[in-house]
Amino acid sequence: MKFINHLETITGISIFPFLALMIFFLFFAGVIIYAFALRGETVDELKNLPLENHKDETDAEII
Amino acid sequence: MQLEKFSYDNKIVKMFAYATILWGIVGFIVGLLAALQLVFPAMNFNMAETSYGRVRPLHTNAAIFAFVGNGIFMGVYYSLQRLCKARMWSDGLSKFHFWGWQTIIVAAAVTLLAGFTQGKEYAELEWPIDIAIAVVWVVFGINMMMTIIKRRESHLYVAIWFYIATWVTVAMLHIVNSGAIPLHFMKSYSIYAGMQDALVQWWYGHNAVAFFLTTPYLGLMYYFLPKAANRPIYSYRLSIIHFWALIFIYIWAGPHHLLYTSLPDWAQSLGVVFSIMLIFPSWGGMINGLFTLRGAWDKVREDPVLKFMVVAVTAYGMATFEGPMLSLKNVNAISHYTDWTVAHVHIGTLGWNGFLTFGVLYWIIPKIFQTKMFSTKLMNAHFWIGTLGILFYAIPLYWAGWTQSIMWKTFTADGILQYNFLETVTHILPMYALRAFGGFLYLIGALIMVYNIIKTVQQGSLLDNEDAEAAPRPAMAAIDEKYKGAHWHRWIERRPIQLLVLSLVLVSIGGLVQIVPAFLVKSNVPTIESVQPYTPLELHGRDIYIKDGCYNCHSQMIRPFRDEVARYGDYSKAGEFVYDHPFQWGSKRTGPDLHRVGGKYPDSWHYYHMIDPQSMAPGSIMPAYPWYVTKEINVDLTPRMIRVMQRLGVPYPEGYEDQAIDDLMEQANAIAANLKEQTGEEVLPTSEMVAIIAYLQRLGTDVRKEAPRAAQEEETE
Repeated sequence: MKFINHLETITGISIFPFLALMIFFLFFAGVIIYAFALRGETVDELKNLPLENHKDETDAEII
Repeated sequence: MQLEKFSYDNKIVKMFAYATILWGIVGFIVGLLAALQLVFPAMNFNMAETSYGRVRPLHTNAAIFAFVGNGIFMGVYYSLQRLCKARMWSDGLSKFHFWGWQTIIVAAAVTLLAGFTQGKEYAELEWPIDIAIAVVWVVFGINMMMTIIKRRESHLYVAIWFYIATWVTVAMLHIVNSGAIPLHFMKSYSIYAGMQDALVQWWYGHNAVAFFLTTPYLGLMYYFLPKAANRPIYSYRLSIIHFWALIFIYIWAGPHHLLYTSLPDWAQSLGVVFSIMLIFPSWGGMINGLFTLRGAWDKVREDPVLKFMVVAVTAYGMATFEGPMLSLKNVNAISHYTDWTVAHVHIGTLGWNGFLTFGVLYWIIPKIFQTKMFSTKLMNAHFWIGTLGILFYAIPLYWAGWTQSIMWKTFTADGILQYNFLETVTHILPMYALRAFGGFLYLIGALIMVYNIIKTVQQGSLLDNEDAEAAPRPAMAAIDEKYKGAHWHRWIERRPIQLLVLSLVLVSIGGLVQIVPAFLVKSNVPTIESVQPYTPLELHGRDIYIKDGCYNCHSQMIRPFRDEVARYGDYSKAGEFVYDHPFQWGSKRTGPDLHRVGGKYPDSWHYYHMIDPQSMAPGSIMPAYPWYVTKEINVDLTPRMIRVMQRLGVPYPEGYEDQAIDDLMEQANAIAANLKEQTGEEVLPTSEMVAIIAYLQRLGTDVRKEAPRAAQEEETE
């Protein structure tokens, strides 16, 4: 169960924080673009799911 | 269209609600005891089982896994059935989950007080209980996922995403962090050591906060806040951003618990950067919760349920702003190891988790018992007493944390430390007393709730199986056809397994990027040639140190600050901890750091100090450990300890287990003789006292020794 050090050091370690920030930024930007591209009525339908007065008409009509 | 008739299982919700209340009260009482022990050391009752080092883990485990854990299950079992328009998949699994979890809690309470611990915060439970947790968690997961798969509502509401992410991440954290090799039935050693163990532990510890105390409760917020306010969540778009950003970023932030320690700098920096970014998704959640009530604040004035929820969400916002601020290295230099951190987490647990739980309880109980709450006045009383309790708890501790930190760092004009450690402790005892009063108020509030709920239950009758009806879910292909051209996200919103996998991928990235290099790259733990494995007697002493939870009050990590180097000695290096299975860096200095306590005092000082700390340090709040003199270590266990250590990679020579007991006795006899000479007392060489002294006298001394000749020659070559 010994963890062996396979590498002496990581070359270019300084790029890690930058890479992390880029990964985060691109992912976050993607999610934001998606969220704001959603249609208004879709959003209304989704947000009403927990409320009891919500009727599941959208699914019913395609049965 | 034919509607299907089915029923919701309210009985399991009731059971988890009762368990939440019961363990909540237990957790609060144990917390109050721990708080009082810091003011009145006599309340440690001179017994191992009731000493602070064992009581505090019991409190944290009870609050997190028993109170909040059952709160999660109560809320999930209620909301999931309704959001899926389906009964829980299996009543049998629901019951197994319930009784399994309660059994684990009882086993945890007994074993923690008995001193069985892995010595890692919030992951103290020993390996058989760890396995039981994994089994029960998997059962919960199967029941939840099957309910989701068999649902009648095609869309997965955002609360369910949080439940799924919670389940998969907690499973991953628990399994990875609990890795250990058993010594015997109730004792094991972490497979990780030193810096690596610290990184894995705080990756776990931080995300226990994130994925046990936060994401499931956000799921509850997204369901119960709209229900209580009777209006939809403010922004569903924001909830999407909130969810993905939160689970993605949270997992990276663990290293902020290890700033200025021997953790490699790159890992610390990653932890800081991601902690700062966490403000945005966290506040997205808070804003979404609070804005849901826009135009409905008149309701908040009338309805105690909403009051509890508003304070909960506000506390969430405060704690998640404070957290990133505490992750800034310059702030952390002041806050870390002090009561500031304790105040911070209690804003989260008392405010966010506690008050949201109370709000949900007050909402669910009358619903499933088909009645109204017995007394709104008592609910309001609970709300105000509880809120006062939080304030009385947190404000004195903020004060105490600041004060103590500044006192630690104060030098005289001559350049020497102005205060010894004990002065910084006795100075803040009045604040500790106020904190205990705050905890007492919080407990009183909860007891009022218990009375109110008992009366409510008596006047109502439980609707065991609540009838419901809904159309069956159309075939996936039909839905896909309908939403053809819609965004990809709509696709995943209908597919729970894919959502689970994507969540797992996202939360894995942060862990992998931080943990893998820490294990593979040598430069992260620069070797120190003079650092040698512990002697057999020191290993036994270390086990006692872990058993009695010394790490709850003492750190073993000297940060590279002028005051710490002046007070404790040279700052700690990663290479000094390579044989520490588990690491014992600690997270709080209620007592002084011990990393370089070795050789600082004579053996006799430790002897008297353990029997009666106040005799050596008047005013000390450390518990006494008089039984160390009479209680003996299990010498016969030594060879097996050595073998386990060898398996973990500690370089004892081959066959050393045969020699270990002789070495142990030689060292023990020497210390006993030393004690006899210094104190005149006859001390049993195999007593716990001798072992713990051996361990303490060893701590941090290796770097003072000369490196072995071979190593020196190697260096000069």
